[in-house]
Amino acid sequence: MPDTAGGPSGIGASVKRVEDFRFLTGNGNYTDDIDRPGQTYAYILRSPHAHAKIASLDTSAAKAASGVVAVFTGEDMQVGSLPCGWQVHSKDGTPMAEPEHPPLAKGKVRHVGDQVAVVIADSYAEAKDAAEKIEVSYEELPAVVDMASALASGAQKVHDDLENNLCYDWEIGDVAQADEAFAKAAHVTKIDIVNNRLIPNAMEPRAAVGEFDRSTGEYTLYTTSQNPHVIRLLMGAFVLQIPEHKLRVVAPDVGGGFGSKIYHYAEEAIVTWASAKVGRPIKWTAERSESFMTDAHGRDHVTHAELAMDADGKFLAFKIDTQANMGAYLSTFAPCVPTYLYATLLAGVYTTPVIYCNVRAIFTNTVPVDAYRGAGRPEATYLIERIVDRAARETGIGQTEIRRRNFIPSDAFPYQTPVALQYDSGDYEATLSAAMAEAKVDGFAARKAEAAARGKHRGLGFSTYLEACGIAPSAVVGSLGARAGLYESAEVRVHPTGSVTIFTGAHSHGQGHETTFAQLVADRLGLPMENIEISHGDTNKVQFGMGTYGSRSLAVGGEAIVKATDKIIAKAKKIAAHVLEASADDIEFKDGNFTVAGTDKSMAFGEVALTAYVPHNFPHEELEPGLDETAFYDPANFTYPGGCHICEVEIDPDTGIVEVVGMTAVDDVGRVINPMIVEGQIHGGLAQGIGQALLETCVYDENGQLVTGSYMDYTMPRADNLPSFSVGTESTLCAHNSLGVKGCGEVGAIGSPPAVINAVVDALWDLGVRDMSMPATPETVWKAIQDAAPAAAAE
Amino acid sequence: MPTVSMTVNGKSVSGEVEGRTLLVQFLREQLRLTGTHVGCDTSQCGACVVHMNGDSVKSCTTLAIQADGADVTTIEGLADGDTLHPMQEAFRDNHGLQCGFCTPGMVMSAVDLLQKNPKPSEHEIREWLEGNICRCTGYHNIVKSIQQAAGA
Amino acid sequence: MYSFEYHKPGSVADAVSALKSADDGKLMAGGQTLIPTLKQRLAQPSDLIDLGGVSDMKGITVDGDGVKIGAMTTHAAVAGSSEVASAIPALAALADGIGDPQVRNRGTIGGSIANNDPAADYPAACIALNATIHTDRRSVSAGDFFTGMFETALEEDEVITAVSFPKPSAASYQKFPNPASRYALVGVMVAKTADGVRVAVTGAGEDGVFRAEGIESALSGSFTPDAAAGASVSPDGLNADIHASAEYRAHLISVMAKRAVAACG
Repeated sequence: MPDTAGGPSGIGASVKRVEDFRFLTGNGNYTDDIDRPGQTYAYILRSPHAHAKIASLDTSAAKAASGVVAVFTGEDMQVGSLPCGWQVHSKDGTPMAEPEHPPLAKGKVRHVGDQVAVVIADSYAEAKDAAEKIEVSYEELPAVVDMASALASGAQKVHDDLENNLCYDWEIGDVAQADEAFAKAAHVTKIDIVNNRLIPNAMEPRAAVGEFDRSTGEYTLYTTSQNPHVIRLLMGAFVLQIPEHKLRVVAPDVGGGFGSKIYHYAEEAIVTWASAKVGRPIKWTAERSESFMTDAHGRDHVTHAELAMDADGKFLAFKIDTQANMGAYLSTFAPCVPTYLYATLLAGVYTTPVIYCNVRAIFTNTVPVDAYRGAGRPEATYLIERIVDRAARETGIGQTEIRRRNFIPSDAFPYQTPVALQYDSGDYEATLSAAMAEAKVDGFAARKAEAAARGKHRGLGFSTYLEACGIAPSAVVGSLGARAGLYESAEVRVHPTGSVTIFTGAHSHGQGHETTFAQLVADRLGLPMENIEISHGDTNKVQFGMGTYGSRSLAVGGEAIVKATDKIIAKAKKIAAHVLEASADDIEFKDGNFTVAGTDKSMAFGEVALTAYVPHNFPHEELEPGLDETAFYDPANFTYPGGCHICEVEIDPDTGIVEVVGMTAVDDVGRVINPMIVEGQIHGGLAQGIGQALLETCVYDENGQLVTGSYMDYTMPRADNLPSFSVGTESTLCAHNSLGVKGCGEVGAIGSPPAVINAVVDALWDLGVRDMSMPATPETVWKAIQDAAPAAAAE
Repeated sequence: MPTVSMTVNGKSVSGEVEGRTLLVQFLREQLRLTGTHVGCDTSQCGACVVHMNGDSVKSCTTLAIQADGADVTTIEGLADGDTLHPMQEAFRDNHGLQCGFCTPGMVMSAVDLLQKNPKPSEHEIREWLEGNICRCTGYHNIVKSIQQAAGA
Repeated sequence: MYSFEYHKPGSVADAVSALKSADDGKLMAGGQTLIPTLKQRLAQPSDLIDLGGVSDMKGITVDGDGVKIGAMTTHAAVAGSSEVASAIPALAALADGIGDPQVRNRGTIGGSIANNDPAADYPAACIALNATIHTDRRSVSAGDFFTGMFETALEEDEVITAVSFPKPSAASYQKFPNPASRYALVGVMVAKTADGVRVAVTGAGEDGVFRAEGIESALSGSFTPDAAAGASVSPDGLNADIHASAEYRAHLISVMAKRAVAACG
């Protein structure tokens, strides 16, 4: 990494991060670091059962316990349901089933960890001590845990007022057309895929501090959120009926999100609501075990798919049937994940002309499932790249050749897929070739032979993929069921002395916006970075915002900043024109100076700023004082990052341990503002992708008890599970935004899991192993080798 | 309630604690040194790592009262004013942190590693970090940071 | 954590008397297992007796016969001891693989043995090396000490003071860690001792650490990796959980035993 300290700070420079000093010195300000005067502490009593009626609930002893301020139950907290932000319609036109989701359970609990009561006390220890004095009598009900049994006729219903456990039965594409194409196929490849359920595990557990100011009637919520304005809207309008001007939501430093901190959670509503009831601020901080049983989980799809090919291995049609677990309630964006973020991606990077996908979303007695890094796109990518790998093996065409035969050519953009999306740009051959060179694919055969001499099995796996991110166009998402617009806003406030504060609706929880956005504005305004401050995360400071997820911050939020900055420049030109006695059209802006074209008459940015606030002789009917502009940006399309990931593994047949010995990613993320930060985002995504492929999985037992409820049982990727990565970019520019940026936050997690599993299958293919499930744990791999041995011998 | 006294970041401090008060609670809640974080409840994530009498320990798995008389260093005690410790500087140079939550424990653990093994191999670095979980970086740049600090 | 009375005795005798006078007292050594247990409210002792102030329970002495380790000696101290490394290198290596560096800086041999977690490493060393566990009142051979999962021969008010390990002619400990917790999913210590070949297995057994007699007899005939791998290990009585079936654990016992024999040289 080049050392750019004191060097260039514009677009393309690996500027060291502005935020690091505070994090490295212990001066970060996370929600749990915030203490408010007179603060109390909340402990939430949670259901130990997956499914039960609450026959009786007696809080009197807890209320009398030492230090206790109040105890509330669902009967006390008569507020609105936690809302769902996305409505999907089934193929018969009926809206999805949308059950009530009370912040504190009313009469029934539906997953282990469901909120039963809240105890508020002077200390957390006292609150927790008192919670043991709450007497709850549960009448246990059978739990529905897996999706197949949830759909079986006569299955126990998770929600009594619904017809069954089906949330929706949705489709995209024309099944008759697909069947027609399959009838003509020379070869059909079939696959059954489970996309394993994951637990996000941002290292900072969720926390919330609620406060009510009786003098102003204003509520403040400090919370671990990726999108404070969305929380203000959802909680204020739907749950607690607090208007926006009386509700401030602050998301300070947030210790990772990966999707899990997008959603509006019960605890936020509980501490906000209760703070007015008890007249004191209330802090709640999750213990990690609570995070495991309450943070929205990710993935959890079961899919059967079939791919029809002609005699040359060209894909003719793709048919997919997917079941998606919603958990016990609908989390904020859950319904859109297996539909609009998954099924619309099923063309991948290929020219498959006909695609049909049926998705059934299903309620179970498990934690709600929602978007987790990649959200729908990893599930689609894993399915496509696994079935393409299988097809290559069945037809003998070869891994790279079958992909090349089916790539959308680089001159075919804009490219309309059969599943709604229109790709704007890409060059899949370029990323594949670059990744193959980087991964030294040519030398693989020799490496495999050398490993074999040591008794190890080597394998190489490919994944050529794309994703749709920059989650936005309001018109598109609105037509697809979003109950909100998905744009972004920015305000550029130039202060009288020429320093600048940028207010962005995006939120940084590790992404380094304070650096990247400042680079962007420094570049645009010709100012040093230290004159620019990025402000985010406080609804009382930032005008509005939709937050950060779906790799949208730069492609949507960055464009809003550009738009507002351009308005600043336009206004500043008018001011300069007035002072310099020229026409605004004749003012040129370059390197921070406003110059009358063809003259040496010039004003520096700072002078213009000062003039804007000291407007002694402004023509006020034409020119307002001040230099402060707001812009909202609603993009024309999604952006489509993509690329090629190549994984090389070595397997110890004695133990089944899979060692990732090489992980190469060459991604097209569009224009890169800060390469150091982009590479870091990709590294993190790769680790989560390798984690899904080899280590992580959420396990419930048949009674709905969470077996993987702590780091004792849920395998987090650690430093010694991972190799150093080889990461590069090979970019085409986004065709519909001014920066040409696409997004980089999720590519690592989307592209890598199939590369890893394809590598494992490759390593074991000669032993007779034909399939591998995620996570490919040592026992899974060892057992696959044992099971395959007789079959291989028979062949 | 018992009183504990210890040296934290070179300053003598004391306070009343319950027997059950953890060292991390004493640091965060009583001393308001909130740089030391709590990321799990099973002593695995390492966000709470501090130095006690020169060794890295998990402050979530140490009672405050066990640190009575001890010399404790937290992340706040590492830099010299605005001059970062070489390990902090290395993390900044190499983008060894993203959200910053695991960072204090990670840095304190890494400092202890170099105290004990000034020239660790990449393998030794990765093994040493067994008790520090990061969800953001994939560890790639953390390893690079420690290598830089070790003068590799 | 529930509240408790905290005590910090300065001597073994004071520790024993504090334990005797408590309603439901609990000794704390390094606390690396006990404190997480208390945090999860899985135990509610009335009194916690911290052995951290008993200075004569710390330290390592090595003589020609073996190694004696004070109960309050940390894993890091054992791992870092050049004397242990030269007398019984397998023991230093085992200590270096317990938990993570921070756990090793606090956790102690006495605490580990007294807790007898079925997935802990030290019990395997004690059994394989035929260690003697010294308490405030007696010395017990390892074979008699570990009586079942989380169960030992210790009386309620008895305190471990030290552990003696006779020096083997060769030994190796091979661990297959649980991928999540990093405790031993299967850990096998193979030792050539004065009493013959001893093979102890931790992590796998339903009743905690045990001797793999089949492998011992195979190795007594031929101390080779192949002999270790060839001895059949029954899955009966082995743990099964989401991380490993009993069959897989049985297989791993063979693999780890084979590697341990190979490492013995």
